[in-house]
Amino acid sequence: MDSTVTGALWALILPFGLAVAALLAAAGNAVLDSRARGLSATAGMVAPVRETARLLRQQRRTLPGADSLLWRIGGAGLAVAAVLKVLVIPFGNFTFADLPTGLVWFNAMDVLLWALWWLLGWGANSGWSLVGGYRFLAQALSYELPLMFALTAPAVGAGSLRLLDIQDAQDGLWFVVWMPAAFLVYAASVVAFSSWGPFQTATGRDAAGGVIAELSGVDRLLVLAGRYMVLVAGAAFAVPLFFGGGSGPWLPGSVWVIVKSLALVAVFITARRLFPTLRPERLAEIALVLVMPLVLIQVAVAAVIVVVNGGAL
Amino acid sequence: MIPAILFWFFSVVAVASGAAVFIVNSMARASYALAVSFIAVGAIIVQLHLDYIGVITILMMVMEMAIMAVFMVMYMGMNPALMPMDMTHHKHRSAIIAVAVFVILAGGALFIPWPARIGVPPGDVTASLGQALMGSKMLVMLTISPALFATIVAALVLANPRGRYDRLGDSLTRGGADKGTAPEDPIRGGLGR
Repeated sequence: MDSTVTGALWALILPFGLAVAALLAAAGNAVLDSRARGLSATAGMVAPVRETARLLRQQRRTLPGADSLLWRIGGAGLAVAAVLKVLVIPFGNFTFADLPTGLVWFNAMDVLLWALWWLLGWGANSGWSLVGGYRFLAQALSYELPLMFALTAPAVGAGSLRLLDIQDAQDGLWFVVWMPAAFLVYAASVVAFSSWGPFQTATGRDAAGGVIAELSGVDRLLVLAGRYMVLVAGAAFAVPLFFGGGSGPWLPGSVWVIVKSLALVAVFITARRLFPTLRPERLAEIALVLVMPLVLIQVAVAAVIVVVNGGAL
Repeated sequence: MIPAILFWFFSVVAVASGAAVFIVNSMARASYALAVSFIAVGAIIVQLHLDYIGVITILMMVMEMAIMAVFMVMYMGMNPALMPMDMTHHKHRSAIIAVAVFVILAGGALFIPWPARIGVPPGDVTASLGQALMGSKMLVMLTISPALFATIVAALVLANPRGRYDRLGDSLTRGGADKGTAPEDPIRGGLGR
């Protein structure tokens, strides 16, 4: 069997694997939540499963004048976008789809989230949802440009947009060591496009849940799960970009990719509790006046190092 | 065989969703129908082995349509964009122009004596397309594009009624060292300015 067919067959398990990882992330988040409220960790661990069962039994709801088509596309799309992101991530030397422009592919998929979150907000025909959708776009305008330049840094380091090349260029030294600013901006952007942590205004409690305010039943489940899947996909993508991909002792490369991804997810879940929510209009100035020059300097430093050194460190 | 099927699939999607832009009755649907059309075109570009340009087309167009939907909803007078509305106007004249343009273009595509292929496609199609488009003009483009970009930013900064020149005065010192009136700004930027 040639590698394309094998890759396509393996890709069938990808959505399930990503869903399991998302469930783990949700369980970890719920454990921290229940610990903070003085409940047992076990209660937290089963909370996502219980919530899934509850939502599956709950009746689907719609609103008068809702644009159901766009609303459902937005809801189902998050999980799809997450799977499409993981498609190009190398697990060791194996990759589901070895695109020569894998990095740009990831960027295109994260732009897809602009559309999906806004459609979720628009489709419901509800004021709170609409506020959430617009908040996400306003926030996206701030994080997307720094994210694009942060993605440029590993590409400059490896001299390639292909993820296998980027991963292999880190044989000597992981990119996170000499591109820390790019990694921080990337990590913040992952948190932002998942509407998570300090960047969760699109789904914020102050707007009654924002884009998820009117969702119920399986639609709500798809969005909540999709959000965790996007978060996991973003964490997993950082591994070939900044953490040497599958490199590591004893274990096979694919296991290392999964271990590193889950460790990053744990960081994101912790970070949610460390920072206050940041309003999009405040983020704009921080992102464009402070972060943009920082990440441009990072790319310039990476480029100079590559030229002087004749390649990645 | 498979590339041909894919090409026809994406072509039909591109044309059908392009037509849907004028058939649907909401600005949001029209904007995103256009986005789907562009995604199909991007996929066709990827089929031409111009991977980078194809994926970038999808990226840019989805981003543009997401923003355009906001502007379309915002700028419709009396806000019918929030209600079902007709996406067409000047129907007869537009139909005549559309049919005429289609006949000219399709006729041209059918009747032009296409040249026979000379040689084979180069290895890196994206690079050679860039060479063919830009070639010797690259230096000019590199010079012009920062100038154009700076013009856009400068025009925005000057035109924005809530921008920093409006708030902080022409020399950006209001409320600063000259002890003038501080900007009456209910929302301060994230850096406390």
